[in-house]
Amino acid sequence: MQLSVSIRINGRDYKQTIEPRLLLVDFIRHAAGLTGTKIGCDTSQCGACTVLLDGVAVKSCTCLAAQADGAAITTIEGLATDGRLHALQEAFWTKHGLQCGFCTPGMILASHDLLRRNPTPTPDDIRHALEGNMCRCTGYQNIVRSVQEAAQSGGRP
Amino acid sequence: MTTAMKPSASATSSRVFGSGIRRREDPRLVTGTARYTDDITLPGMVHAAILRSPHAHAKIRKIDTARAQSAPGVVGVYTARDIEGHLKPIPCLWLVPNTDLKIGTYSALATEYVRYVGDAVAVAVAETPYQAYDALDLIDVDYEVLPAVIDPQKSAQSDAPRVHGEFPSNQAFHWTVTGGSDIEAAFKSAEVVVKDRIIQQRLIPTAMETRSAVAQFVPATGELTLWNTTQNPHIVRFACSVVTGIPEDRLRVIAPEVGGGFGSKIAQYPGEFLAVFCSKKLGRPVKWTESRSENYQATTHGRDHVQEVELAATRDGRITGLRCKVWAGMGAYLSTAAPGIPTILHGLMLSGPYRIPAVHEDVYGVYTNTTPVEAYRGAGRPEATYMLERLIDKLARELKLDPVDVRRKNLIPPFNDGFDVVTGLKYDSGNYEGALAKALDQVNYKALRAEQARLREQGTYLGIGVSTYVEICGLGPSQVAGAVGFQGGLWESAIVRFHPTGKVNVFIGASPHGQGEETTFAQIVADEVGVAVDDVKVVHGDTDVTPMGWGTYGSRTTAVGGAALAVATRKIKEKAKALAAHLLEAAPEDIEYASGRFSVKGSPDHFKTIQDIALLANVAWNLPAGMEAGLEATTFYDPPNFSFPFGAHIAVVEVEAETGRTVLKRYVAVDDCGPQINPIIVEGQVHGGVVQGIGQALWEECVYDENGQLLTGSLTDYAIPRADVLPDIEVLSTVTPSPHHPLGVKGIGEAGTIASTAAVYNAVIDALAPLGVTGLQMPLTPERVWRAIQEQKKGARR
Repeated sequence: MQLSVSIRINGRDYKQTIEPRLLLVDFIRHAAGLTGTKIGCDTSQCGACTVLLDGVAVKSCTCLAAQADGAAITTIEGLATDGRLHALQEAFWTKHGLQCGFCTPGMILASHDLLRRNPTPTPDDIRHALEGNMCRCTGYQNIVRSVQEAAQSGGRP
Repeated sequence: MTTAMKPSASATSSRVFGSGIRRREDPRLVTGTARYTDDITLPGMVHAAILRSPHAHAKIRKIDTARAQSAPGVVGVYTARDIEGHLKPIPCLWLVPNTDLKIGTYSALATEYVRYVGDAVAVAVAETPYQAYDALDLIDVDYEVLPAVIDPQKSAQSDAPRVHGEFPSNQAFHWTVTGGSDIEAAFKSAEVVVKDRIIQQRLIPTAMETRSAVAQFVPATGELTLWNTTQNPHIVRFACSVVTGIPEDRLRVIAPEVGGGFGSKIAQYPGEFLAVFCSKKLGRPVKWTESRSENYQATTHGRDHVQEVELAATRDGRITGLRCKVWAGMGAYLSTAAPGIPTILHGLMLSGPYRIPAVHEDVYGVYTNTTPVEAYRGAGRPEATYMLERLIDKLARELKLDPVDVRRKNLIPPFNDGFDVVTGLKYDSGNYEGALAKALDQVNYKALRAEQARLREQGTYLGIGVSTYVEICGLGPSQVAGAVGFQGGLWESAIVRFHPTGKVNVFIGASPHGQGEETTFAQIVADEVGVAVDDVKVVHGDTDVTPMGWGTYGSRTTAVGGAALAVATRKIKEKAKALAAHLLEAAPEDIEYASGRFSVKGSPDHFKTIQDIALLANVAWNLPAGMEAGLEATTFYDPPNFSFPFGAHIAVVEVEAETGRTVLKRYVAVDDCGPQINPIIVEGQVHGGVVQGIGQALWEECVYDENGQLLTGSLTDYAIPRADVLPDIEVLSTVTPSPHHPLGVKGIGEAGTIASTAAVYNAVIDALAPLGVTGLQMPLTPERVWRAIQEQKKGARR
């Protein structure tokens, strides 16, 4: 059985015929060719695949592509505008909020969701909001600083 | 001299060495444009998936692949029979001498027996990854299940099930180290002896990127390109050549962006070689990427020691002897560097930062029916540091002394140029008391102890844990590598190439994968020869483009690769001086260098910049007699000794007696890695390292059941630290340069992990002291601590 879906990713429509079992993350990575979204586990723990679905953070490995039919997705590739980094991207860079970078796209999009809900989070708020995103390199400290910096910069989340 | 010609204030006042500039790696990483191995797609590419053993030990009676072969999209299904004659066994590359080493055959696909849950049995290749995984379900394997052995100490017993039937026992090797005065005498005359049995639990490295390979074999040329998530592409090239028979000159290994390694991407694995085999067989590019569950089963684990340790001391706390027996689990096969880790990297660091007059250790490397064990961040040194630091605290409790006083009594006094250690090593430089004093100051130790006493009276259990450490890094002199059986060198090489426009390319054999050396290496060149840091591009991770290098592990990339780069850049400087002298019509000895300018002594306005020299050397219109064109230098740097970073960490915890939960209140790290090229990056390395070590102390444990089923087989069950359970780490440093290193630097990648496990463990045990709980094993999970508290309460009631 095949399904036809249309998913808008970073402002562009991707119309594909897919297997019903296809995960959203595989649609993003393979059908749309946007490999910035990462796969770090197979149990929805690590958060590397976090994207925004209609503005809300979801783990795209936990969602079928079919469920996203008609939705608008933002991936890490869609965050910078006109060649200018998003405030979160800039802050992660400035505050050394990443090392190997593999968790970073998911971490930034989960932080994006936090700042939408809470524009002035405390370090504790940030730590709790990111408990579903795992990083093995940074010990999270500079990630917390990065999110604080982005919030303080009054940037554009 | 005109004002315009003066070096700008910023150029003279701010040195790029030591400056915490932003990493150049990050723009591609924060925008999702970096390319990791699994992100690569090639025309005509097919996807491989590996069928893994569900049993820890079994005989393979029969494999039937017929159903899988005819499944949709499947282009090939292969078993051990198919790879015979095409893939040689995977070699172990650290053959520690005088150990009666027994190497069990490590085939890319299991032949007659499977020896751990995750052992590769067959590989299916299909047009899509989903189809390849579907095909695995259609492979029928008939197993005869055999008894398995999991615990390293039990595996050493004569009646244990044999992992490799061809050997008389499960002992893979037996290594000893003896140093100093007579160990028997030390224990006979000891005023105090403390003993402990320590489980240094097995850990799963968990790099966020799982392992992956893309193999593209071109039949017309016989050339192979292998993209691989590895810490050491040149070693992969060498090993791949040995295993696949493809000549090394036709073999290109590319480590693109690599998402962390922590030791798990040192080893050579079946997956890569199977991808190569399939690509050769099918004439198409083949991608293989493991799932996280596969990663937990079949990518190497770390640690896994059972240690029986005893410490002899005087009643005033002076250590007089250390004796240990270690059973080190190796898993089912000897992984690439595995035998060297519990021996050279552990046993030789036995005495740590202390003067211990007599030491002896027996290390038994034993096969078990588990995932192979390899380096994991710290590799051998955390196992040594934890053992010693736990025992010193035990000694302090026994003698009713402050654990800090016991450490002070035994620390090696400060030294700048070599200290001969009882195990035969020569530490380069150290000021252990200095680091400890700084850490104690930071927490205000005396006041903190008073606070602890006050809180105890209120029923609040605060604990203070100290850990002082020294580690062996910057591996290492190749002559020593050879003497200890490492099947390779341990030098590094670098090429520095100035283009006519004054821009610079660095080609380096080291292979950073998140540590930020594209930035720090550029800082080294910029600092040495006065170019803008942005004018230096660092190229690494491609064996066709970069010179040979032995890889990124053992905190050696900046320590050894950085040294190679500094030496190469200094060669450039020498040539530039000679050319400047010629062009300025001065004697070479009259040329002075400062901030990128080569000027004639006494007339500073008479100069050539490094950019002038780059252009003139490259066009070669006017060179001194005998000088070759171009401005480029290559260095092969073989360090004269290892480096020995050190430090002191203090953890402050509160243990909730009702729940057994440990709350980290403060964590102070004082590390000395010599001069810091980029302090922001150093701090980041400390953060990450400390947190991994905390993970071992409090949460992480790889658990098998008695049949060898991996119970912690996913991130659901294996507890790596999360953001919400950690404090901010207070990062401080002291600076003691290495006397033998061109830049004085020592390495920082593993320090945090080496120190923090012991600091946190000691803090929790310290907190539990009034409750009578001693001698718990890690991880100190709430359940384990709570049960221990309840046991004590029961005992008190009895």
